[in-house]
Amino acid sequence: MKHFAKILVSSLALMAAPAAAETIAITGGKVVVGDGSAPMDNATVVIRNGRVVAAGGNVTVPANARRIDASGKWVTPGIFAGFSRIGLVEVGAVRSTNDTRAADSVFSAALDVQYAVNPFAAPVAVNRAAGVTRAVVSPSTGNSMFGGYGAIVDLGQDSDPITKARAFQFVEFGETGHSRAGGSRAAAHILFRAMLEEARTYSRSPSLFDSDLMKASDAKALLPVINGSTRLMVHVNSANDILKVLDLRKDFPSLKLVLVGAHEGWRVANAIAAAKVPVLASALTDLPEGFEELAATQSNIGRMKQAGVQVGIGMINDRDAHQLRYSMQYAGNLVALNRIPRAAGLSWDEAFAAISSKPAEIMGMGAKLGSLKAGRQGDVVIWTGDPLELSTQVETVFIDGVEQSLSNRQERLRERYRNPAPGALPKAYDR
Amino acid sequence: MKWKDLLAVAAAGALVTGCAATAAETETASASASGPSKSSAKAAFPSTYKRYPSDNVVITGATIFDGEGQQIDNGVIFMSAGEIVSVGGPDTAIPTDSTIIDGTGKYVTPGIIDIHSHLGDYPTPSVPAHSDGNEATSPVTPEVWAEHSVWPQDPGFSRALANGGITSLQILPGSANLFGGRAVTLKNVPARTVQAMKFPGAPYGMKMACGENPKRVYGNRNRKPATRMGSLSLTRQTWINAQDYRKKSKGTKPPKRDLAMETLVGVLDGDILVHNHCYRADELNQIIDMSKEFGYKVTAFHHAVESYKIADILAKEDICSAIWADWWGFKMEAYDAIPENAALLQQAGACVVIHSDDENQIQRLNQEASKALADGRAMGIEISDATAIQWITYNPAKAMGISDQTGSLKSGKMADVVLWNGNPLSVYARPEKVWIDGAMLYDANDPGRRPVSDFELGQPGEGDVK
Repeated sequence: MKHFAKILVSSLALMAAPAAAETIAITGGKVVVGDGSAPMDNATVVIRNGRVVAAGGNVTVPANARRIDASGKWVTPGIFAGFSRIGLVEVGAVRSTNDTRAADSVFSAALDVQYAVNPFAAPVAVNRAAGVTRAVVSPSTGNSMFGGYGAIVDLGQDSDPITKARAFQFVEFGETGHSRAGGSRAAAHILFRAMLEEARTYSRSPSLFDSDLMKASDAKALLPVINGSTRLMVHVNSANDILKVLDLRKDFPSLKLVLVGAHEGWRVANAIAAAKVPVLASALTDLPEGFEELAATQSNIGRMKQAGVQVGIGMINDRDAHQLRYSMQYAGNLVALNRIPRAAGLSWDEAFAAISSKPAEIMGMGAKLGSLKAGRQGDVVIWTGDPLELSTQVETVFIDGVEQSLSNRQERLRERYRNPAPGALPKAYDR
Repeated sequence: MKWKDLLAVAAAGALVTGCAATAAETETASASASGPSKSSAKAAFPSTYKRYPSDNVVITGATIFDGEGQQIDNGVIFMSAGEIVSVGGPDTAIPTDSTIIDGTGKYVTPGIIDIHSHLGDYPTPSVPAHSDGNEATSPVTPEVWAEHSVWPQDPGFSRALANGGITSLQILPGSANLFGGRAVTLKNVPARTVQAMKFPGAPYGMKMACGENPKRVYGNRNRKPATRMGSLSLTRQTWINAQDYRKKSKGTKPPKRDLAMETLVGVLDGDILVHNHCYRADELNQIIDMSKEFGYKVTAFHHAVESYKIADILAKEDICSAIWADWWGFKMEAYDAIPENAALLQQAGACVVIHSDDENQIQRLNQEASKALADGRAMGIEISDATAIQWITYNPAKAMGISDQTGSLKSGKMADVVLWNGNPLSVYARPEKVWIDGAMLYDANDPGRRPVSDFELGQPGEGDVK
């Protein structure tokens, strides 16, 4: 405990005086706007009052701006992780530090991750240093098919990580929904419908609400899902399960669906596109981990994109609390697919958008986040080279226009053990 | 909870396996002739692998990483009758009546080798009926053999071949047990039986484990080991029993065959290589001392996320670290993992192997090596591209005891070769062709050269690019 307290103290010291949002001009770099357009050579990005003012070739640098020379570098919006559990976990297997899943809670849909996201968790700092600036944070499900409210967060070093609380409700269909609902897909579909009907009952007379199915708090939490004011993020994988989820709108026409996972989405891509339902898809899943993903392929995203589906990358249940830094590698792999006969990948520009503007747009935040278009939050990363390439390093990270510390535990351990043998004093004094 | 999720938790613990035995073990271990147990075990379940037909193939104009740290630009490689005949620069003689492949702009490496895989014993689909990697009924099970759990129809083998260029791999038991059992080395060639995949002449490995997993699995059942000290005591007592059995088996009245003891005596005799799953630096050092107490050698520590803290000791002891590039934080003993682990070991002169322990990352071990290389360079450690390729070719071959047969592009070795459509250290490169013993078993341009397991036949997505 002492040890943890010490880490906390040093983190607090780090964030005690974050640099105020200043006017910054990043000049001379190769600029990627992130909206799917091609990179611009020798371009300038201006950030003021925490937001992007301009990004392009003919941008006037304000007289009072701090200039950063990015010649030979790449300048992009920060990476937006389309699905994660960042800030909910310190050490996965240490239950007291893992807030993803409330298996013993009497509540489900009413659970809200905004109270659990810890901006001082080590994984936040590690992934910030890798260029990840925003993320969708979702709960897992406990004893219900509903997991609760997820949020959009930033990975900044300050104490307020929440960009948008209650950004969506998370629900499991498919094999996990089958299990959570009592052992069949039929049970999942009737439970879903029954819970939403109960929520309507609740809304008519909250004080009289008495249900065997759910708590009043959970019923209340589902109301914005029914009327479409809050997105419903549905984890679903098989082609058939996806079609059945799309059909939910026959009973609840206002549902604002977002699919996550969707390993067999390519098989029903036309139906997803016609329903205008966006997808946060796993990028590289290509094995039949379960029978709900027999047709999983790395070409899933490329094929859905070709069919007109709005799609971004979201790495559900794939080291999603610690390794959002895989986002760039995953996007790069989708570019690599273009050179394999019969495979479907993304162009470089589309691949970068899949980890920046696309997730932001899919979550309804495209006007504020995910690109370097004027008016977006000043989340900017300067890289030593192509951000999707494995050899590239992060040089500078801005979140909301504030330059961020890139220090983290991993970096401190690395420096302590640069030379492993102790010197005049034990390693414990080396800091 | 979904079974996959259960597995994920297990992967953090029970699935994680590791141990290491290197060629050096052979030198340090007793040279004395083994007892009858050894020959009995050696005769059992023999490899029936036979190489598939091959053409004479020459690749010209490619950048070649030879697996032993050398890079040849504009290189030529010639394979014939399943073997590598010659490797060299542009002046290398090109034989007639060969298929000539223009490798301009492309790269050639030895077949990639994963020293730590559970393909087949934790196959996909990951349903409970397929959970065959941990005999978690006793913490001491050196008698079990991973090959008796391997399902050759695991679709993961084909992905590892096509996307990762994997030509050889070691399948280990899991890490629930202190002694997990024997590991088996396979050629990544689809087959009806495991015997037809077994790498001919490869020594056996033995899986051991320290740390969180055994004490969690058995401590939760209120039995030994519930602590790290319990683990060490039980492990040491088991070695004492093995020493006793070994002594008796050399006497006039050899004891009745005992499968557990045969494996342990195989280690003490230097015939079986120890692959020890272990995370923390302090525990790695405990294991080293235990190996000295009983006169065996640890060939490789697997996972070894804190190897960087004792890189000097590991270099001196000549023990490989088989590690991920950047996994961390999934359990307490993985909390101090850093992405510079490989580079710091390399800097200290210690043996580095990049492993997967994962059915997905086995498909891009080249990328994992590349990330580890990049993180090392970023902290100022100079490492060549060719060295990073050695981490996934020659070094694992050496630690699996097969480096005289594969793992590098040397004349007379098995023609286990990957032609990449770009630099394999780039995220944009993929295998274009893969040869195993000279037989082309994957060709990105030919749907007929993409294996499809029985499980996937007649299913949605059959034969897809995956």
